[in-house]
Amino acid sequence: MELIRNFPFFSIMIAMFSGPVCSVLPGKVARVVNACVIVIVGIMSAVLLGYLYVTGESFVYMMGHFPAPWGNEIRAGVLEAGMAMFFCIVMLLSVLGGIKKLFDEVVVSKHNLYYILVGLMLSSLLALVYTNDLFTAYVFVEINTISACGLIMIRENGRTIEAAVRYMIMSLIGSAMILLGICMIYDLTGHLLMSNIKESVAAMTAGGTYPEPLLCTIALMSVGLAIKCALFPFHSWLPDAYGYSTVSSAAILSSLVSKGYIFLLIKIIYRVIGFDVYKGSGVIDVMFIFGLAGMIFGSVSAIRESDVRRMIAYSSVAQIGYIFMGIGMGTQFGMVAAVFHILSHASTKSLLFISAIGLTDVSGGSRKFIELTGSGYRNRIAGLSFAIGALSMVGVPLFSGFISKLLFAEAAINLSGRMLPVFIVLGISTILNAIYFMKTVIRIYTPVDESPYPRAHMRQLPLYSMVLCAFVILNVVLGVMSDPIIGLIGQGLTMFD
Amino acid sequence: MLHNLAVNYEEAIAMLLFVIGFANLLLQKNLIKKIIGLNIMDSAVYLFLALKGYIEGAAVPIVVNGITDKEAYINPVPAGLVLTGIVVSVSVSALMLSLTIRLYRRYHTLNLDEISMRLKKEGL
Repeated sequence: MELIRNFPFFSIMIAMFSGPVCSVLPGKVARVVNACVIVIVGIMSAVLLGYLYVTGESFVYMMGHFPAPWGNEIRAGVLEAGMAMFFCIVMLLSVLGGIKKLFDEVVVSKHNLYYILVGLMLSSLLALVYTNDLFTAYVFVEINTISACGLIMIRENGRTIEAAVRYMIMSLIGSAMILLGICMIYDLTGHLLMSNIKESVAAMTAGGTYPEPLLCTIALMSVGLAIKCALFPFHSWLPDAYGYSTVSSAAILSSLVSKGYIFLLIKIIYRVIGFDVYKGSGVIDVMFIFGLAGMIFGSVSAIRESDVRRMIAYSSVAQIGYIFMGIGMGTQFGMVAAVFHILSHASTKSLLFISAIGLTDVSGGSRKFIELTGSGYRNRIAGLSFAIGALSMVGVPLFSGFISKLLFAEAAINLSGRMLPVFIVLGISTILNAIYFMKTVIRIYTPVDESPYPRAHMRQLPLYSMVLCAFVILNVVLGVMSDPIIGLIGQGLTMFD
Repeated sequence: MLHNLAVNYEEAIAMLLFVIGFANLLLQKNLIKKIIGLNIMDSAVYLFLALKGYIEGAAVPIVVNGITDKEAYINPVPAGLVLTGIVVSVSVSALMLSLTIRLYRRYHTLNLDEISMRLKKEGL
């Protein structure tokens, strides 16, 4: 059993070294190596999840030979292992689903470079999930930013480079704030390991020393991470970055990159600051309000958009708002709902991006709604998957989006002062979601007499169809078998303390 | 309040530099000036961190004369963090500069707003 405890470290390292290996391989081989690495990491995370579920205890893995207050550490609990496994599944499906588009949009000699970025992205996500050291988290946040920038601009045209520059500017502001926050908390406590910081912070709040610097630290780290995952007022970079990059990148960015940061924020709340201290600070109210605002304004922007990819991108802003609303509720239930929505949004949003590309391909490559008319008949599997993704986003039973909305509503009951705003905004946001998603679904299923564009058949696109089916199955599994998953999330959050 | 600022004037300067860099990165239109702002902002954090690790009158943490008393030395961890941070910020600046070169070759301007306007006109 000792071997299993090495798995978090192995998975980070395998993913990281797959990058340099891919750089010297031809594109085709790099693709296979990359897929194998993601599968191996996913299997290791699944085994780890099983092991942790049986033992019921989290463990700390010492990196190097120095014990706790000095050395670096990795920590694995049920939630971490589950999240790592889920990230691997979504990443594998996103990369496979966009392969055909990658061939169209990127010159062949650069294909191996794409897999370097995917490998680095996976390793940084895993490190954010597993690490127990704040400064390591900062370094991997930066690695994540750099590889995300590469993923945006691998399809080289003016739009994507401009989007990458805008993404970098906002991201760097965010990471500088995180770094400043980490420096200040290091000054206050003298520790970089999460568990040690938590003890010191608890002692500090009990003694009433340094309240303002502590508040400042909490605010800097929360706002920094909120900027990086595009919470509402900081989302200006998002539509271009998601809308014009190649489809795998858009799926990875929307469903994994922002989720990695949110997971780090949840970890910081539970394991660095302490949930009660965080709840006592005013920062949580700010997160709550911006989450609510994001839910409305993201959807309003999505309604006004006439480009299907950009519409899906704006819908991400609204969904990030949901997650922050869950965090901002300040209860364990709210947090469970937020974590479940991470899973639900990640599986649905990548499904939407990848099915939308199938629809635009049978509409002459145009992304305007007018051209998409009837495309659901020209590419049936993509049309069906898009409809399922849209239904899940709106919150129709059977699919994962319904469960997360239900959880948010359940969490808001008995929450004095916050119940009414949550219910009102949840209702408005659901209606707005329905407006723009149903508008699109009706548009793609409006029959046209004679379409100038040819039909695409399932047999011509076996891999693409399989990926879409897998995404739909993932979505339905999250929607139908939600009880054990919610149980696992609750268990994982309790393990955080 | 003012007294605290006067006592900790180094930290106050670091924060001032941070804000200057922050504003430059966010508000400047010229890409090169943005990158300069980024570097000022990062350097301000390193100044802050280095200040926190420094203890007046204490020596470099290398044992030479057999003095093992911990009071005699400064804390080496912030210095290590600063070095790591510098590596990160160098790579990020290099990436930003390379993106700037790409954009300049295409559009012959460094003004980000102008580039956005032209992209909208192209309607890609």
